[in-house]
Amino acid sequence: MWSLIQIELYKIFRRPRTYIAFGAVAALIVVIQLGLKIDGDAYAHFLMKDINDTLTVDGKVLNGYLICYILLQLLLVHVPLLVALIAADMISGEANLGTLRLLFSTPYSRTHWVLAKFIAASIYTILLLIWLAFLALFVSMWIFGTDDLFLMKSNYVVLIEQNDVLWRYVGAFVFASFSLLTVTSLGFLMSSMSNNSIGPIVGTMSAIVFFTILSTLNIPLFNLVKPYLFTTHMNNWKEFFDIKVNINNEAIRGSILNIPKIKTSLWVLTMHIILFVTASVIIIKKKDILS
Amino acid sequence: MAVIKVENISKHFGQLKAVDQLSFEVEAGQVFGFLGQNGSGKSTTIRMLLSLIHPSAGNIELFGKSIQKNRAAILEQVGAIIERPDLYPYLSATEHLQLFAKVRKQKVGANRITKTLEQVGLAQRAHDKVQTFSLGMKQRLGIAIALVHNPSLIILDEPTNGLDPQGIADIRALIKHLSIEEGKTVFVSSHLLSEIEQVANQILIIHQGKKMVEGMTKELLDPEKRVVQIKTMDDKQALAILLSGSFSQYILPREEGIFLKLPAHTIPLLNESLVNSGIAVLGIETKNSLEDYFLQITSNA
Repeated sequence: MWSLIQIELYKIFRRPRTYIAFGAVAALIVVIQLGLKIDGDAYAHFLMKDINDTLTVDGKVLNGYLICYILLQLLLVHVPLLVALIAADMISGEANLGTLRLLFSTPYSRTHWVLAKFIAASIYTILLLIWLAFLALFVSMWIFGTDDLFLMKSNYVVLIEQNDVLWRYVGAFVFASFSLLTVTSLGFLMSSMSNNSIGPIVGTMSAIVFFTILSTLNIPLFNLVKPYLFTTHMNNWKEFFDIKVNINNEAIRGSILNIPKIKTSLWVLTMHIILFVTASVIIIKKKDILS
Repeated sequence: MAVIKVENISKHFGQLKAVDQLSFEVEAGQVFGFLGQNGSGKSTTIRMLLSLIHPSAGNIELFGKSIQKNRAAILEQVGAIIERPDLYPYLSATEHLQLFAKVRKQKVGANRITKTLEQVGLAQRAHDKVQTFSLGMKQRLGIAIALVHNPSLIILDEPTNGLDPQGIADIRALIKHLSIEEGKTVFVSSHLLSEIEQVANQILIIHQGKKMVEGMTKELLDPEKRVVQIKTMDDKQALAILLSGSFSQYILPREEGIFLKLPAHTIPLLNESLVNSGIAVLGIETKNSLEDYFLQITSNA
């Protein structure tokens, strides 16, 4: 099995297309960091315009932690689309190229190949996330420095001490890996049903957009299915940045406001991953390889 | 021992019968020519042999074991190219062989990879990316992938597609070498009889998914024998008479028409026998070569 994973990783990283996502993430982050470096004070003032009269904030609001939070809010919506580029091509791309029949006529079973391909695609996804974390968090910390994290929520503000932030990002990135692996497995499922790359890539992106709209719209009919949609849970990494307060309304260091919500989301995302991958294996096992 | 044993396999794609109750056996060490026009069901059959396509009915045994139940162990001993030589454009010839050597149980060393590339005439381009290869070079690399792990059974589907005359001659020589020098069993398909008849010991012709004729190449090409088609007023009756008499041994299995392969001097006796039995013979057509015969049966069917 390890040989198959090595082969799949080798193929992924020998293709120029693989590096598009890494380049796109780097370009986006650098552009945003540059913009905030040049005109960040105006942006921070704009963010806090509603509370400037009632609250005085000391220190550096626009620090590396806040920049990372802003970047994640923006990028974790778009990175799934980049992940789909590779994941949705893993099986259908080989079918289109005609090499799937070479792989499936080797002694390893189709189940082995499908699982190896999924694991390889997952490793790619995790590496992309690590790359994103490195640029968004560590490079931002280096450029903008660190301070307490000040977040403006819809009807309240959150202030997290700077030495209570880093572990939350670790948690958020671990959570984000589950979100992106769900996208990987969805792309994989689409890929198993097609003999060309374009259909599954567009299909995966469309499914993400479609379910995101369903998750966002507050319509009673949609509210019934929302808890079961993976898109409802993908953004819950933000829960790591909601903190409990004591009776004096002071933040409790090291606390998370809604741990059950995170657990539920991780459970739903994991179930989706298992469901999508299992369905891919079944489809591929039953499929006649005609490409 | 039969290396390949196919029993009544069929494959339906909806209403289309791609392969219809096909049976044949390939003995160890033979070069088996699998002939048929494009779309006759050759590649579907080969894909079923490699378990890429699930048969709708029938059994396939390779090395005496069912491919459905012993897939991994069987495919360890098989090397194959199927139709087009589709490869990874961003990898080199050597990288392809290294990659496919990795999925085999037995270790394939660098020497074996170099030797295989030499065998197919690609040693000079070993480190070039496949995207710079011609169709013929890709075909050679496809064959190298099939050979790199030193399999006992080699399945080559249209191996000379895209090759120039020298390339075709090289592949022919390679097939002969693999069979005679290395004792491999080679199953080679083509739509060109001229290619197959020079290398194969045994030939099977398939048309519209059905077996048309099967036999040893020597016998089918025997200059002392003639393939004849008999046309009578009552083919059913004529066939019954022939089957019950001494000519039954010469009858070639066909669904339509009566074909026999028999010594030239017995043709008048055949005519006499039918006439004496009250059959009105409209004509006895002699086929000049196996090529004619192949064209005849595949165009008439």
